[in-house]
Amino acid sequence: MLEIKNLHVKLEEEDKQILKGVDLAVEAGTVHAIMGPNGSGKSTLSYVLSGKDGYEVTEGAATLDGADLLDLDPEERAAAGLFLAFQYPVEIPGVGNMTFLRTAVNAQRKARGEDEMSAAEFLKVIRAKAKTLKIDADMLKRPVNVGFSGGEKKRNEILQMAMLEPKMCILDETDSGLDVDAMKLVAEGVNALRNEGRSFLVITHYQRLLDHIQPDVVHIMADGRIVKSGGPELALEVENNGYADILSEVA
Amino acid sequence: MALPQQKLDITEDRLVRVSLPESGAWLREARDAALARVRSMGLPHRRDEYWKYTRPDSLVEPAAPDAAVFDPAADDRPFDDIDRVKLYFVDGVFDAEASDDPTLAGVEIERLADVAGTDIHWAKDLYGVLETRGQTPVDRPLAALNSAMATDGVLIRATGKAAKPVSLLYLHKNPTSDAMLHHVIRIEEGADLTLLENGPAAARFNKVLEVDVADGGAFHHVRAQGRDHERRAVTHIFARLGTESIFKSFTLTVNGVLTRNEVVVELTGDDAVAHVAGAALGDGDFHHDDTVFVTHDALNCESRQVFKKVLRNGAVGVFQGKILVKKGAQKTDGYQISQALLLDGDSQFLVKPELEIYADDVVCSHGSTSGAIDEEGLYYLRSRGIPEGPATDLMTLAFLAEAIDEIEDATIAADIVTRLEGWLSRHRG
Ligand SMILES: Nc1ncnc2c1ncn2[C@@H]1O[C@H](COP(=O)(O)OP(=O)(O)O)[C@@H](O)[C@H]1O
Ligand SMILES: [Mg+2]
Repeated sequence: MLEIKNLHVKLEEEDKQILKGVDLAVEAGTVHAIMGPNGSGKSTLSYVLSGKDGYEVTEGAATLDGADLLDLDPEERAAAGLFLAFQYPVEIPGVGNMTFLRTAVNAQRKARGEDEMSAAEFLKVIRAKAKTLKIDADMLKRPVNVGFSGGEKKRNEILQMAMLEPKMCILDETDSGLDVDAMKLVAEGVNALRNEGRSFLVITHYQRLLDHIQPDVVHIMADGRIVKSGGPELALEVENNGYADILSEVA
Repeated sequence: MALPQQKLDITEDRLVRVSLPESGAWLREARDAALARVRSMGLPHRRDEYWKYTRPDSLVEPAAPDAAVFDPAADDRPFDDIDRVKLYFVDGVFDAEASDDPTLAGVEIERLADVAGTDIHWAKDLYGVLETRGQTPVDRPLAALNSAMATDGVLIRATGKAAKPVSLLYLHKNPTSDAMLHHVIRIEEGADLTLLENGPAAARFNKVLEVDVADGGAFHHVRAQGRDHERRAVTHIFARLGTESIFKSFTLTVNGVLTRNEVVVELTGDDAVAHVAGAALGDGDFHHDDTVFVTHDALNCESRQVFKKVLRNGAVGVFQGKILVKKGAQKTDGYQISQALLLDGDSQFLVKPELEIYADDVVCSHGSTSGAIDEEGLYYLRSRGIPEGPATDLMTLAFLAEAIDEIEDATIAADIVTRLEGWLSRHRG
């Protein structure tokens, strides 16, 4: 599904290398987790994969089902099935949440040569999905993320993911700032989407989320590289001992 | 006081060819007085402080510069789905043949040219009168010129709620037309009228609209200035508001090499409400000037000025807006915002927001910003699969929303949004 090979990334504006050779392969139907200290480059990896400006790939490659991701515009990556749940979802005053989502769903369908969703069908689907995420009608009408609490923003990300039905979902610290109940809602939202054709890359600091979303593989990222990979027990080790042991072990 | 030589020259150059139209007694007096006002003020000169950001030359010089006629087939016909009484003007001349029966609106409508020869008319108390009130403290000589010379226009008196909106459609067919229209509207106590205007009107267009809203009356105005690229227009609205009356005016402008829209509103009765809003979109050779002057002269009145401009490829936007709160106009609630979205580095937004307050118990705020599109927001939309063009359009519409929200009627507002979407999709970067 997603294959990242020897990915080197620097900031476009500054001479600062952030990713220093990331290798990662996420197979279809699996859940991979990435943990790692602050500043290790996890968000940068997710931005580079989704096509944000300001980064320069100096070496390496990233493909989604064999197609070169790095060559595509952000909207083309989305239409190809990539989705990033933002660590900090962006507020867009004046654009209604519902209008935004319908535009996005139909733009992706159009890009894939599929029929657009009618307004009625869209309403029916979004209402049902919003309900399971405890997103009320008011939140759907309000401008995108404006005035949303931290938890509401994260649930709104998961709603977008549920509506867009991507095949490769990247979740960047979707659990941070959530209380236990909200985290359960988010985890249920993610689990409901799990199937053999869909993969997840879950970036998190905490074992907590991984109790609810069971990963197949856990990676530890430090200073722009994946330094260790293992099974779910690796996340427990981090939870109990922090990163120090692992980092000194690979140093 | 004698005029400076340069103003005297441009004024006499223009007036030398003018002979006042034949008129009956009521109008003759008004025209003579207006012409005297023009002579004493002088026509606008580019060194005038009030014309600092907009060169008046082409609006003042004796002959109108030519303007190519916009292909009518390409017009997107604003307000087409709205049930309204249509009155057509072609290059500034009323076209009775094309127009609907004016009586259908349920208000009194007369053509200025039809009643100009009479000796008395109700419009005598307003024609040129509101314009004159609006000449203090700032001169607006092109409006006085219009009062002196305009031969056509409508006189509307609403005594109750109008059955339908009155819609003035301005067609431009002659590439050298130089048109003036003068409309006078009287909203009687408790009456209610919506006026729609659209179309480019002429190669050069000078329009005055005088509106008197009596106690408890309501006047709603929505206009979509035409899509002609080469036209020049100077328009003035002079409004006087009585107690508990409402005045709401919204203008959409797309294209046009030169547009200056002046709005002068006087709140003379307590508890009156005046909202003036505009959305202007220009690409390339576009200069758009909103000059607004709101005077609070009564208790507990509310005024809002909401102006938004979207500029690209060297387009220029101007906003001069003033709130004047007179002594004794306590509990005034005044708001003014002017903002530009600059879609590239070549475009400019020039502003002069002003507050002048002589009462102590008032709330007035004003703000002005100009900036580029929010890149973070754009990336967020694109990351959800919305291509750059439509994503930019969405952000642009969001930027304009506060101005559009000033249109009270949802159907008319939706129609304006359709115009905006059309323009945006035709003018992508
Ligand atoms: N646009 C940027 N400008 C400056 N520094 C950046 C930018 N993006 C990332 N960085 C830097 O790159 C490093 C990795 O950041 P990030 O990817 O956010 O890490 P993580 O998500 O693992 O906490 C940090 O040192 C951060 O300060
Ligand atoms: Mg991060």
